[in-house]
Amino acid sequence: MKIAAEPITELKLAGITKRFPGILACNNVSLQVARGEVLALVGENGAGKSTLMNILAGLYQPDAGTITVNGQEVRFHTPNDAYDRGIGMVHQNFMLVPNMTVTENVALGLKKLHKFMNLDLKEARRRIIEVSEHHELPVNPDAYIWQLSVGEQQRVELVKTLCFGAQLLILDEPTSALTPQETDDLIDRLKRMTAELSIIFISHKLNEVKALSDRVAILRHGAVVFNGQTADHSPADLAALMTGREIHLPRNEGMELGREVILKAEGLKVRGDRGHLALDGLDLELHAGEILGLAGVSGNGQRELAEAFTGLRPVEGGTVTFLGQDMTRRNPAAMIAAGLGYIPEDRHHEGIVPRFSVKENLILKDFHTAKFSWSVVLRQGGIRRNGDELKTAYDIRCASTAAAGGSLSGGNIQKVILARELAREPKALIAVYPTRGVDMGAQEFIHAQLLTRRREGGGILLISEELEEIMNLSDRIAVIYKGRILKVLSSLEATRERLGLLMAGVADE
Amino acid sequence: MNKFKLAYGFTIILIATLAAAGAAALVLKAIGADPWATFVTIFTGPFQDVFGITEILVRAVPLTLVALGIAIAFRSGIINIGAEGQMLMGILAATGMAISFPLWPKAVLLPMVILAGAVGGGLWASIAGSLRAYLGVNEILSTVMLNYIAVQFYTFFLRGPMIDPAELETGSGTPQSVRLPESAILSKLVPGTRLHTGLILALVLAVVVYFFLWHTTWGFRLRAAGAEPKAARYAGIHVERSLVTAMVLSGVFAGIAGAVEVSGVHHRAIEAISSGYGFAGIVVALFGALHPAGIIPAAVFFGLLLVGADMTQRSAGVPANMILVLQGVLILAIVSAKMYLNNAYAQERAYRLFTRLTGKSDATVKTGGQS
Repeated sequence: MKIAAEPITELKLAGITKRFPGILACNNVSLQVARGEVLALVGENGAGKSTLMNILAGLYQPDAGTITVNGQEVRFHTPNDAYDRGIGMVHQNFMLVPNMTVTENVALGLKKLHKFMNLDLKEARRRIIEVSEHHELPVNPDAYIWQLSVGEQQRVELVKTLCFGAQLLILDEPTSALTPQETDDLIDRLKRMTAELSIIFISHKLNEVKALSDRVAILRHGAVVFNGQTADHSPADLAALMTGREIHLPRNEGMELGREVILKAEGLKVRGDRGHLALDGLDLELHAGEILGLAGVSGNGQRELAEAFTGLRPVEGGTVTFLGQDMTRRNPAAMIAAGLGYIPEDRHHEGIVPRFSVKENLILKDFHTAKFSWSVVLRQGGIRRNGDELKTAYDIRCASTAAAGGSLSGGNIQKVILARELAREPKALIAVYPTRGVDMGAQEFIHAQLLTRRREGGGILLISEELEEIMNLSDRIAVIYKGRILKVLSSLEATRERLGLLMAGVADE
Repeated sequence: MNKFKLAYGFTIILIATLAAAGAAALVLKAIGADPWATFVTIFTGPFQDVFGITEILVRAVPLTLVALGIAIAFRSGIINIGAEGQMLMGILAATGMAISFPLWPKAVLLPMVILAGAVGGGLWASIAGSLRAYLGVNEILSTVMLNYIAVQFYTFFLRGPMIDPAELETGSGTPQSVRLPESAILSKLVPGTRLHTGLILALVLAVVVYFFLWHTTWGFRLRAAGAEPKAARYAGIHVERSLVTAMVLSGVFAGIAGAVEVSGVHHRAIEAISSGYGFAGIVVALFGALHPAGIIPAAVFFGLLLVGADMTQRSAGVPANMILVLQGVLILAIVSAKMYLNNAYAQERAYRLFTRLTGKSDATVKTGGQS
C-alpha cells in the first residue's frame, strides 16, 4: 500500500524561471535540499516564494529550468506527479472539505482507494492512525473538519500530506493562522519529523526561521539573494537581507499624552457565534493619544470585543461609551460617523470588497460624503484623485487604483485598509492583528503609521497575539482572558514572562 | 501570446457554435426536418423585410427591460427568478389603471399606466425581498413559488373581476380584459408594424440603470452589499435594506416590461401574455454579463431567435416547441463556452498542448494569479 517512491536524498532546483504577465515571478532560481534538512524560504510578500513552491509541487510549470530528484531530472505536470516522487505541499489556506471527516478528506486524495463503486475508508483510517502515531501528530480520524481548531486542521493537513507518501514537505506559512502556543507545538513536532523527512518552509517570522531551519534562502523580486546557514546569521541580518535595507521596527517612545477617556466599555456582555458569552462583564478604557495593547490568546473574546465596539455584534449587557456619549447598540454607520476606525481581522472579506477597485475600496466608508459625491452622484474625479494620493502616501503597490482590491497581496490589502481608516482621522482606532502575515517592510510601515496617529492624539486599541508588537507599541497593555480583562499593566511593568502567565489565565498579585 | 489568446477565444466560440449546431441538427434530423434549411430560416428569415426586423425589436424590448432588473438584483447579491410573476402583476396593475381612468388625457394616463406596472411588479417582488432580508428565506425558492401564485392571481382576475363584459354577453368567455383606451396605448414607432415607442423607453432605462449602478451612491451601496456583504456591513451599509431595495427595483423593471407589453403590443390583458420573457430575461441578463451594454445586444440576439423560431414553424414545418430545444442547446453552449473563456487554467493547458504540438515556446503564459 505504500507509495513506492525511493527516498529523496537530494532535491535540486536549477535555473527555475517563471513569468506572469508583466511580472517575472521567479528569475533563474537555484536551490537544493538534502535529506533530513530544513530549508527556510523567506522574502517579502510577492517575492515569488509561493510561485516557486507551486512549481515544485506540480501546480505550475516553469518556463525554464530543471528539477532533479536524486540526480534524476523530473517533470511534474500535476500535483500527483510530485506526490509520486515524494513531494507534498501544505498550502497556506487549508485544502480541506469542512463537512467531511478527517478520514474522508484523506481518502479523497488517495486514488488507490477509489475502486469501482467503492471507497475503502477503513484502509484510509488505518493509514491515518499509522502515520499520526509514527510522527506523533495526534488527530481524530472520525472528527469533522469544522469541529477542529485551526491548529488541529493544520495537523490534519500534515497527516494527509504524509499519507500521500510525501518525504519532502513544503509548508507555505504554516504558522500564519496559529496561536503562539500552537506555533511552538508545531515547530517541536516538525523538528522531530526531520529525522526522516526534508522540509522546505516559507515564513515571515524570522524567530521561527531561526528556531527550525538549518539553512535559509532569501528571495527578492523572484531571485535568490542569499543562501546560507541559519546559525551564522541573526534575525536582524536576515531582515536586512530580505528587504535590501536595515529594518527598524519603530517603538513607542512613551511620552505621556492626554488622559481623556474616549472609548469605554463597562460590564460588557456579548455572545459569540456559538451562543456562549464571549465577553462576560468586560471593562476597558481607552485614552486619547495612547496605544492600548490587548494581549491574549485568540478566542478569548478579542473579536467579539472589536465587533461590539464597532456596532457589528449585538450587545447583551453593559454599555459602550464613545466620546462621552452612550453608544451601546448603535449600528456600524453611527459608530463610523462618530469617528471610530476599525482594521478588521478578516482583511480579505471584511476589510475590502475584493471585486471593487482599489480606489472604490478606499472610499468604502465615505462614498456618501460631500467629498466623493454630489447629492447622490459619485464624483469620479475626486474618487480617482483620492485613490492616487493614498496610493502614494501609503505606498500601496498596485499597477493602478483601478485594479481589483482582491488581486493585491495581503500586505498591500492591509495598506489599503490602513490608508482608508487613517485618512478618516479617527478619534479612536481598533486594529485587530494589523500585521498578521505581512512582511517586515510592511510591518515597519504599519507600526510607524499607528505611532503617528497616536502622536496626533488618536487612541488606538491594538489587538494582537504578537507580544513583541504589543510591547513595542503600547503605552498600556491589557490582558484578556475568557471574556474579561485580567489585568492592565503599564508598558514599563510588562515583561514577556508576566504577559505570558497572564495570557494563560494566571493572575499575579 | 496575445495572438494565442485571440486564437483560443475564437476556437472556443467556434467549437461551442459547432457543438450547438451539431446537437440541434441531430434533434432536427430525428424529427425529419432539414437542419440546414431550419438554421437558414432562423438566422436569415427575420432579416428579409422591415417587418421581420421590427418583430425582433418588439421582442427585444421586454427582454431588455426584464434583464435590466435581473442585472440589478444579481449585482446586489440577490437572485430573482420571479420576473415572470412580477411581470404579470405589473400587467394587472397597468391594465387596471388604464381601464379605470379611460377618459384621462394620454399625457397623463400613459405614464400612470407604466408607473402602475412598476408599482405592481415592485410590490410583488418586495414580498420575496423582505422574506429573504429579514427572515432568511431563500429568494430562489420564494420567487419561483410566487410565480405560480401570480399566474393564478392573474387568471382569476381575467376570468372574474376584469373580464371583458362583451365576452360574457356573447358567452364565449375568453379570459381577457377589455381593450385599453386609446390614451393608454404606446404609439407606433414604424407604421404598419407592431414596433412601439417602448423601444425608446427600454434604451433610456438601460442608460439610467448603468448610471444608477456605477455613478450613484445608491448603486455603490447595492453593489458593495452584493459583492461582499461582510465588508459592506463593516462599512456601515444596511445590507438587509439594500437586498430589499434591489429586489424591489428588479420587480419594478419586470413590472414595467409587463406594462409596456400590454400597452404597446397586445392592448389588452390576455392569458400567456408574458410569453416566458420573465425567464428568457434571466438568460439575456447573464448572457449580457449583467451590464446594460451587454444586455441590449443579447436581447436583440434572443429576439432574433424567437422570431426565427416562429418563421421555421411556418416555412420549414418544424414544430414551435422544437425551438425551445434549440434555445436550450444554444444556452448550454454559450454558458460552457464562457466557462472555458474565463478559465485561465484551461487556457494554460491548451497553450502547453499547443506548444508541444508545434514545438514552439513562448514564455509569457497567462494564468490565474501568482504568489
